[in-house]
This record gives sequence, C-alpha cells and structure tokens, in this order.
Amino acid sequence: MAAIADAAIVVPAKASKGYWASVGSRLIKDKVAMVALTIILLIVLAAILAPYIAPADPFRGSMIRRLRPIGTPGYPLGADELGRDMLTRLIYGGRLSIFMGVVPVLAAFVVGSGIGIFAGYVGGWVNTLLMRIIDVFFAFPSVLLAIALSGALGAGILNSIVSLTIVFIPQIARVAESVTTQIRTRDYVEAARVSGAGAFTIVRVHVLGNVLGPIFVYSTGLISVSMILASGLSFLGLGVKPPEPEWGLMLNTLRTAIYTQPLVAALPGLMIFMTSISFNLFSDGLRSAMEVKQ
Amino acid sequence: MTMIIDRLGPVPEVGDDRGGPGTPLLAVKDLIKHFGKKAGFLTKAGAVVRAVDGVTFDVGKGETLGIVGESGCGKSTVARLIMQIIAPDSGDLLFDGEAVGSEQLDLTSYRKQVQMIFQDSYASLNPRLTVEDTVAFGPRVHGASAKQSITLAHDLLHRVGLEPARFAGRYPHEISGGQRQRVNIARGLALNPRLLILDEAVSALDKSVEAQVLNLLLDLKEEFGLTYIFISHDLNVVRFMSDRVMVMYLGRVAEVGPADAVFSNPSHPYTSALLASMPSMDPDNRTQEAPITGDPPNPINPPPGCRFHTRCKFVADVCKTKEPALTDVGGLHYTACHMADPTSGHPNALNAARAA
Amino acid sequence: MLLYILKRIVYVTPVALGVSVICFLLVHLAPGDPLTSVMPIDATAEQQAEMRAAYGFDRPLIVQYFLWLWKVLHADLGNSIATGRPVLTEVSRAVVNSLILAAVATLIGFTFGTLFGFVAGYFRNSPLDKIASAISVFGVSVPHYWLGMVLVIIFSVQLNWLPSTGAGPGGSSNWRPDADHLRYIILPAITMSVIPTGIIARTLRALVADILSQEFVQALRAKGLGEWGVFKHVVTNAAPTALAVMGLQLGYLLGGSILIETVFAWPGTGFLLNAAIFQRDLPLLQGTILVLAMFFVGLNLIVDVLQTALDPRIQRG
Repeated sequence: MAAIADAAIVVPAKASKGYWASVGSRLIKDKVAMVALTIILLIVLAAILAPYIAPADPFRGSMIRRLRPIGTPGYPLGADELGRDMLTRLIYGGRLSIFMGVVPVLAAFVVGSGIGIFAGYVGGWVNTLLMRIIDVFFAFPSVLLAIALSGALGAGILNSIVSLTIVFIPQIARVAESVTTQIRTRDYVEAARVSGAGAFTIVRVHVLGNVLGPIFVYSTGLISVSMILASGLSFLGLGVKPPEPEWGLMLNTLRTAIYTQPLVAALPGLMIFMTSISFNLFSDGLRSAMEVKQ
Repeated sequence: MTMIIDRLGPVPEVGDDRGGPGTPLLAVKDLIKHFGKKAGFLTKAGAVVRAVDGVTFDVGKGETLGIVGESGCGKSTVARLIMQIIAPDSGDLLFDGEAVGSEQLDLTSYRKQVQMIFQDSYASLNPRLTVEDTVAFGPRVHGASAKQSITLAHDLLHRVGLEPARFAGRYPHEISGGQRQRVNIARGLALNPRLLILDEAVSALDKSVEAQVLNLLLDLKEEFGLTYIFISHDLNVVRFMSDRVMVMYLGRVAEVGPADAVFSNPSHPYTSALLASMPSMDPDNRTQEAPITGDPPNPINPPPGCRFHTRCKFVADVCKTKEPALTDVGGLHYTACHMADPTSGHPNALNAARAA
Repeated sequence: MLLYILKRIVYVTPVALGVSVICFLLVHLAPGDPLTSVMPIDATAEQQAEMRAAYGFDRPLIVQYFLWLWKVLHADLGNSIATGRPVLTEVSRAVVNSLILAAVATLIGFTFGTLFGFVAGYFRNSPLDKIASAISVFGVSVPHYWLGMVLVIIFSVQLNWLPSTGAGPGGSSNWRPDADHLRYIILPAITMSVIPTGIIARTLRALVADILSQEFVQALRAKGLGEWGVFKHVVTNAAPTALAVMGLQLGYLLGGSILIETVFAWPGTGFLLNAAIFQRDLPLLQGTILVLAMFFVGLNLIVDVLQTALDPRIQRG
C-alpha cells in the first residue's frame, strides 16, 4: 500500500498528470480508504518497531499472573494464559500475521500475473490448456484447498505460505488472463504490432501498463482473505507453532479462557478483523479511484 | 489549412521505388478470408463468415484508392489482411512487385513501408503513454535512440498541427478526438511509410473536424509522396479524397474504376443504389423511393449467383445461379454485373450492348 | 436443454479428473512416505518394503493413480488408519451434519443478503445503503472463527442462553430437527451465515442498481408502471444470479466449514478433516477432501444448469 502512495509522487509531472497520479489524488479524497490506510500503516509500523515500543518481552510469562483482565497495572491489555503481556504479544503478533497474509498474495501476484498474461497474450490452445488446469483449482473452495495443502505438507510458516500462494495463483491468473485477452485485441496493440515491434516489447510497453493495475487492485482485495486464512491455519495449529506470537495462534491458545477472561481472549481476533477490514476498505477505495472514466 | 512545408523530416528517396513507376505499389490477388469455427473435438464446424471472398485489385503509386461499402462488406477485413494483422486463407500480396513475406521483402521491412490509421482514435492510443511516447514507439522499435525518436516525434507532431510544446506530454484522454486522430496520423508517418491505410479514419469525427483532418491528409500525401487506401462508408468523403474507387459488397468487388466515372456513371446497380441513397442538397431532386431496402444478406450464407440479386431491381434468372465476373466497361472501369456482359444472358445485357 | 446438460457434463469430466489427480497427489505431497506415520518406528527395512508392496507404494506413481482411481470409482476410498473403518462410511456420516449446517447458514445468508442487497440497491447512497454496505463489508472481512468465539462468549458464557459446542444434547452426533437439536445449530449457523450474507448483499446491490438504471426499466416507468410492477421486473431479472450465488455459497460453506466446525465441535466434515490432519490419517484426509471437492463440482454443475434454465439471455447452444 505504501507503494501506491509512492508511485503517485514518483510519476514525473510533465505537461499533465499521469494515470497513477490522478488515481492517487482521487484516493486521497476518499476518507474511508484513507482511514483504512492509516490503520494499516499504524499496525505495520507498530509491528516493525515492536522491539522499541512493546512494553515487555513477548516470551517471558509469569505463572502467578496468568489471565489478568484488561487494565491490570503493568498489563494494559491483560495477560495471556501463560502470564505474558497481551499488548506486547499483540504488537509482535502483527509481524507474523501480516507477513503470512501479505507474502502469499505478493508471491501469487508475481506468478499468477505471469501465467495469466502469458496465457492471455499467446492465446490459442496454450491459453485453453492453462485455463483448464486453473479450472481444476477452482473446483476447490479456497479454505478447503488451503487446509488440504497445509494439512498434507504439515504445520509450519513456510508450508502455510506455500499453501496459500497455491490457493491464490489460479485466482490471480484467471483475472490476469481475462484482462490481457481484452487488451490484446485493442487497436493500439495492433498498431504496435504493425509497427514491427516484437511480442516482448509489446507486452512490456503496451500490455503490462494496462493490465497490472486491474490485477493489482484485485490482489489487494485478496490480502484480507489471505490474512483471515493465514491466521485461520495457525488457529487450527497448521501455521505458526507456539510460543511464537501470532494472532491466529493466540486466539487458539486463549480459547479456554473465554470463561474467565472473555475480553482478553477475543483481542487477537479483533486485531485480525481490524487489519482485514482495513485492507478490504482500502482495496475498495483503490478500485473506485481507478475505475473513474477518463 | 496551409502548412509550411519544410523538408527536415523523413522524405521518400528515389531509391525506394524499386519496381519503377509502372509497377503498382500494392497488388492484391484473389484474397480470401473466412472466419468461423473449424470442426474440433466434440464440436461441429460452426458457421463460416465469408468476410473476404476472392478480392483482386491494384493500388498505383501516388494514387488514393477509395473503398466503399455498407458495414459488413469486408472492407475493414481487407485493410487488416493488407496490414498482416490477420493471415489470409489464400491469396497473394505484391508490394512494389515483390511478394510480401518473401526473401526480397520480409515482414519487418514491409511493415515499415505500410502503416494504418484506425477508426477509433481513443482505442488506438495506449492510455498509459504520452502523445510523444506513442509517436516515438515505432522508430524506437526500429533502432532509433530515445533522443532521436523523441525529436522525430516532435517534428511529426508539428507537421500534423499539434504543437509539441503543448501536446507532447499529454495523455490521450486529455485531448480531443480530432487531436487524437492527428496523433494517430503522426504515429503512422513515424516509420516513413510509402502506403497509408486509412480505415474509417475520419468517420468518428465531427464534420468540421473531419474536413480539417481530410485537408491535412491531402497535404501530407503531397509532402511525403504517399499512397493512400481510403476506406469509408461515407461516399462524399470518398469522392473528395479518391482518384479511384472500389465498391465492395458482401466480401466481393462490385465495381472499381476512376472516381469520376464510378460516381457520375455507375455501372453496377448496387453502386447506383448507394449513390441514390445519398442525401441530396437539392430539394427538387429529393429521393422519392427507397433505392435500396433491407439489410445486406447474412455473409454467413451469401446468396448463390450474384450476391446482390436479393436486393437488385434488375434481377433475372441468370443472376440467381451464375456469379458475374469483373467486366471491362471502358476507361479502366470494371463492374461485376451480368448486365454489363453481352454474353451473360441477362435480358438487359443485350440492350446495354446495343446502346454501346 | 438436454443437449446443454450433456455438454456441461462433458466439460466437467476433465475438471473432475483433475480434482482426483490433486487429491491423489496430496498424499504424496506429505513429507516422507505416506506410510511413515503408521509404520512402527522399529520396523526393519524388509518389513517396510513388504508394507510398501502391500499398499502398492512400490509401483510407479501413474500406476498407483489409476489403481486408486479404479477403487474410487467403485466407491472404495480405503480405510481410515486411525479407526480402521472405511473412509466412505466416516465421510458420509459427517457430510450429512455439515450439509445441514451449511444449508441452514445459506438460507439465513440468502434471506438477509437479499434483503440488504435489495434495500441498498434500491436506495443507493442513502443512509440505508450505507448501513447495508457496512454490514456486507463486515461479512466478508470478519474472521468467522473469531466471530464464533465472540458469539459463544456472549450467548453461551455470559447470557447462558444457548449451548456452545456439539450438535445435540449428550454429545449427539446425529442432528435431528427437534427443539433440543435446534438450539445447538443456532450459533454455528449464524456465524457461518455472515459470509454469504455479505457476498449476496454485495452482488445484489450491484445487480439491482444496474437493473434499475437500465433503459427498459425507465421505459416501464415512462409507460406508467407502478413501483410494485417495477419491483417485480427487478426480482425476475435478479433471481437467476441471486440463486446462482446462493448455490455456490452453499458449496463454499461446505468446503470451508472446518474452522467453524472446530470452534463449535460440530461433528461434520471439518471436524473429521481436523482429526485426519492431526492423526496424519492420510486416507481419511484424501477421502474427505475428494468427497467435498466432488460435491462442489457437482453443485457448480447444477447451479450452471439451473441458471441457464432460468435466464433466457444465456444461450443454450
């Protein structure tokens, strides 16, 4: 998300504003998207700076101070089932939760766009074959596919990232293929072809600039799903292993505390929810900022 | 529109003319293109659209050949076939006497010499590129340095009437339709072509803008020594632009000849009907009856015999069975109508022969 | 129409085969031999080889696949390593419970999703639209496993109105439509319905707004058709898409129920999958996923055919 704000500034201001600059200026006027972006940036910043801002050690607990309520002196957001400071663990938890939510989408964006643009630009039977293979992956609901893959691969951070990447590649590839197929038949691509440009040059100059935007927006919409799924895998015990702080895993280990400290037990989920809804709202804002007719 | 003709930019050199003045710049022979699904696994062969069904014509050096016809007659497909955007099912293209795709004339050097201006000025410009980048793209592909190609782009923009200082850095959505079409023309000229195909290039423009762009095209033709294929459904515009005119109907040539002859003395009933359907400026000369009715028949199943017989008021038995060939009616004027051929057996043909 | 159905079946067959390939390969994705987890640690190399041969794991992968597929086509999904019972028996029992839960959740989701979607689409940019849109964003953004926990905290722990886990009194694993069992399904079904509510509301909002802005509706209004008449036109035009989305959501819920079933200890396929994963019961894992995916493929086919039958604009050729 930081990349977009940057792109808006980096585009050289020639005689007129470039496409991304105008998207950026529309986006800045979208209050909901800006609030969402601020929340995302705050959570990300807190996670990055965790060692400097967190009040305690995320791993050190105290057996006599287990499950303290919110507002306990020294424990502003309470203590977890092993007497560790909740605020500290929530700040640290953002590191793995966001990492495991964003990385699969990024990886799938690279691979999926590659497959989709290739299939869309080449067309013909190559396209048909690739899209049929992708149809097979669409026969699995994404939650089922993610759980099946990480269930088979076994628990672990890398395995969950791999599973989620595999889940998102077909979805992004399908969008990339359909956008590219539309662009491929535009007159300006044909004009480039009749000027004697090779396929690689045409894709670089005329196709990428016009397809990456829509694919990117679609992908930002997936980050929310990816966050929920990644934390869900940890919640099931298929992702991060204890004692690492991660929101999904924290939610799982605090499940037994719903009778004694329900508010504390619900906190990690609230973090997942806030991050996920912020990504969703920002993605919606980005989409409508890009959809405006020129 | 007066333009100062400065000879700084690309100008065709005499050495380009390989075949000599007598050789047509472009010779099209028996071009055929059918669209449709071929039979595949578990699918029946779909309906075949005979978009271009055996078309032959020449374009002389320095002339403007107009192609007219209703929508769906195959004129745009002919343009795309010449541009090699789509591959023909069969037929030959000779450019200045050399076969396109042969050893003497490979596709890359052919494409440098033939360029096309599309109808939709917006769809034919990449929305993410500035005007100068769009014009500079072709020269860049063919090896010019970034600086050279931008300089050339600015020069061409100036020549098509867009001041580089104002327009070079703009994006397509920031300029008007007429200005966009000027950019398209500049791009078409950037590779210093000899033949320019204008596919409904002014059809989408307002009438006043259209006139300006047409004058610009005439100026550029003289300045750069160009040859034009001018495709349009607008007969007035074609008459204004063309030296010769070719009338197409359902994928075939109906009539071809010098513009004056075709417009003042049409020899194919379809051409007459098209001309009669033009709105007249003279209120006393108002068209009283519809000269041509209905839509053209479906090109998926063109009628047998003469393709126009279903709408022709001179239809005879022979028209329903035998397809007419192009017949010389004198003065490089050809028509594909049985009435022009005394031996065809059409009742009107003998009258025509007697009258001649 | 019959021809169209046949065509769709022909089209679905390679997809179904692909699904079976993925399910088959799942077992081989697992680190080490599929048998590692069941073999005694002190088994000799000879015993290991014997075991492998018995299960056919010494054959080439492609041969193994076709042997496996042959069995699957004869309704033999192998035996569960943990319980020794046939996988098919285990899955069919669980799938009924999951189906009941998913169906109830879809019905709730459809009811509220249509309501919110219609209101939002009809009164675009009004406060009602804002509220309905907020609800649908909530629906697609909330981690449903957390929502389940929150509902349990509120309605079971704090208010003590509803049971928090299980499908019925006394750990009943067969859900029946009686008052006792009904109390158990309320919380998981509401939790699960949040996603389809959001998605159906979003889809319908866009659809209704689109239909209302179309020229034929303006023409109907211009002809003097009342609001009720316009409403009927909108419903007729929106129904095929709404039903299609609902059908697909049922499939998604059935396949995606594992997290919610874990939270509520609902004895369905999700619960079964969870057990299979942690006991490394690979035949059970494979069989459950195959059944769920095939169910989804079949549902897609039915939705597709129904939508075509309902919507005259889709060509059946």
